[in-house]
Amino acid sequence: MRSRSKYALLSLVVLILFAGACRKQAVAPPPAAPPPAPPAPARPTVTLQASQTFIQRGDGVTLSWSSTNATELALVPGIGRVSPEGSTRVTPADSMTYTITATGPGGTADMSVRITVAAPPPPPPPPAPKATIEELFRTNVKDAYFDYDKSDVRADARDALARTAEFLRSHPEIRVVIEGHCDERGSTEYNLGLGERRAQAVRQFMISLGVSADRMDTVSLGKERPFCTQSSEDCWQQNRRGHFVMAR
Amino acid sequence: MAFPTFRSRPQFSILLASLLFLVATPAAAQDWFRTGTGLGVEKPRVAVADFAPRSPSSQPLANIFSTVLRADLEFSGIIEVVSKSMNPLQSPSVPAELRHAEWNAPPADAHLLAYGNLSASGNDLVIEAWLSDARNAQAPPVLGKRYRGEVTDAEIRRFAHQFADEIIARLSGGTPGVASTQIAFVSTRTGSKEIWAMDYDGSNQRPLTSLRTISLTPRWSPDGLRIAFTCYGLAGGVTSAQICLYSMETGKPMAFMRYKGTNSSPAWSPDGSKLMFMSSMHGDPELFMIDATGSNLRRITYSAGVDTSPAWNPRTGQQVAFISDRGGLPNLYLMNADGSNVEKLELPDMGYVVDPAWAPNGQLLAFSWRRPNGNYDLYLMDTASRQIVELTRDAARNERPSWAPDGRHIVFESTRTGTRQIWTMLADGTQARQLTFEGHNESPNWSPK
Repeated sequence: MRSRSKYALLSLVVLILFAGACRKQAVAPPPAAPPPAPPAPARPTVTLQASQTFIQRGDGVTLSWSSTNATELALVPGIGRVSPEGSTRVTPADSMTYTITATGPGGTADMSVRITVAAPPPPPPPPAPKATIEELFRTNVKDAYFDYDKSDVRADARDALARTAEFLRSHPEIRVVIEGHCDERGSTEYNLGLGERRAQAVRQFMISLGVSADRMDTVSLGKERPFCTQSSEDCWQQNRRGHFVMAR
Repeated sequence: MAFPTFRSRPQFSILLASLLFLVATPAAAQDWFRTGTGLGVEKPRVAVADFAPRSPSSQPLANIFSTVLRADLEFSGIIEVVSKSMNPLQSPSVPAELRHAEWNAPPADAHLLAYGNLSASGNDLVIEAWLSDARNAQAPPVLGKRYRGEVTDAEIRRFAHQFADEIIARLSGGTPGVASTQIAFVSTRTGSKEIWAMDYDGSNQRPLTSLRTISLTPRWSPDGLRIAFTCYGLAGGVTSAQICLYSMETGKPMAFMRYKGTNSSPAWSPDGSKLMFMSSMHGDPELFMIDATGSNLRRITYSAGVDTSPAWNPRTGQQVAFISDRGGLPNLYLMNADGSNVEKLELPDMGYVVDPAWAPNGQLLAFSWRRPNGNYDLYLMDTASRQIVELTRDAARNERPSWAPDGRHIVFESTRTGTRQIWTMLADGTQARQLTFEGHNESPNWSPK
């Protein structure tokens, strides 16, 4: 019984309280205005200068910089964080743009400087590739053909050798071996001698055309390295020759 | 065989004597000669009994011995070997078992009989061999030999060759047989021209060099211990033909002098102390002589054109045959070994002569002759009478003769089968026999012993 009266009392208090709260809200004053913002920090500034902007490859150049309002400075490429003011020496291999970026409470700023590196004079062109000389050799150097069992330089061989000599005179760096070859008729031994005679006849003729003797060696291959292996006059004629080989 | 049938092929006998009776009769309007040699000379008739194996397992070995012996005797050219099918059924294995009458009677009709036995136990080979007179039951054996060695085919072949040479020496008045000789030659079988050697009958073919360049013109030294040949090697910064030596004793090439230019065709003096060779070291290809030790170089010929292919007279040592084109085409010349007394050996018509080779008697020269009709054939010249005998005919190209030390056989190269191969024949042109079959083979040179 006693507790039931306590609940009743508590409820009443709560009711009164609620009633009072409602009244108080209704009369609350408007909120206060916010305080004024503090003044904004100054934007950073940065300058970057190069002692030269045009250099030869291999030369160095001094980069110097200064900044204000920056808490962090980065110089790229390749250098990184730097002090607010300073200088450094760089030696770029190729033309390069250096950029310094200043970062501070007031934002960022950057500045670039371009260093132009002059290419060195081009190297002398490499000597003409070997294949080219060999091609020229193949095109311009003509073998001398011989009659059966003869080592005299024939009229057609003279024309061929004149072309060959012209080429060799204009390419004094080339040395040659003149190979004497024979057709399959006759003995191995005799043909070694005949091949030598043919090679020497060609060499003598070339000397008479102004090709220096010490650029030309002779070798006889007799009938051991035929260009053509049939037993016919066409083939034999192919094999009776003084053949030029470029010496290495 | 590709020889024409119209040519007389008389029984061949001892060539040295018979060639003195040569009748070289130029046939009218023809460019060859008819020969008649060894007329009326009867060859001894020799039977070879099958050698008796002492155990059944050595039957194949005994067969090798009998076969090689029979082939050697047939090859000799001085013996008529009784056909095996004529042999009596029973073969004696020792003299006590020989029934003379069976062998002397028809069909064998043997004058002499070779027989014996072979035993092989473990690696121990023993061969007993006899030659007996089949016509005289009282006479002791003409020959009795006992061979002992290893049980290998090569050893059995070697003993058969030795026994054959004993028989041949007995029946030829002392001229030794050639069954134990070798032939050096050039073969392309390994892909490049190398120097090879083989037994005289074509067996045991083997490469000597492996230089992988071009090796040519092998020539045995008179003692058979070295081979001089043409090789390709560096001289003065250029690879050119050089003279090389090969030692049969060490099986290796030996160092020799090198000269600028083309150096080729070495030939031994008969005493083995000097080499003559062609060299262009002074320009024109000339003949030079040098001691086999490499010292004392001297120039022998002085003429415009090619001088090459020296061949030293093996009997006198004083005379050298060589080839020169000083008169136009290459031709045959003789001179003294010091270069004096140069003489051209005139041949009947325009031709092209190469490859001179002296017979061991120092009187006959074999050579290759390219006739105006384009044939290449082998000929013999008797340098005393200047008579010429044709050895080959109508059988493609026949070149590069070299004499066997018995003076009865010639080895040469021929293209008669379509490829260039090494052949032997009797020195009258008969009994041609092919020795090589594989690859391209050329430039044979018969060993002196």
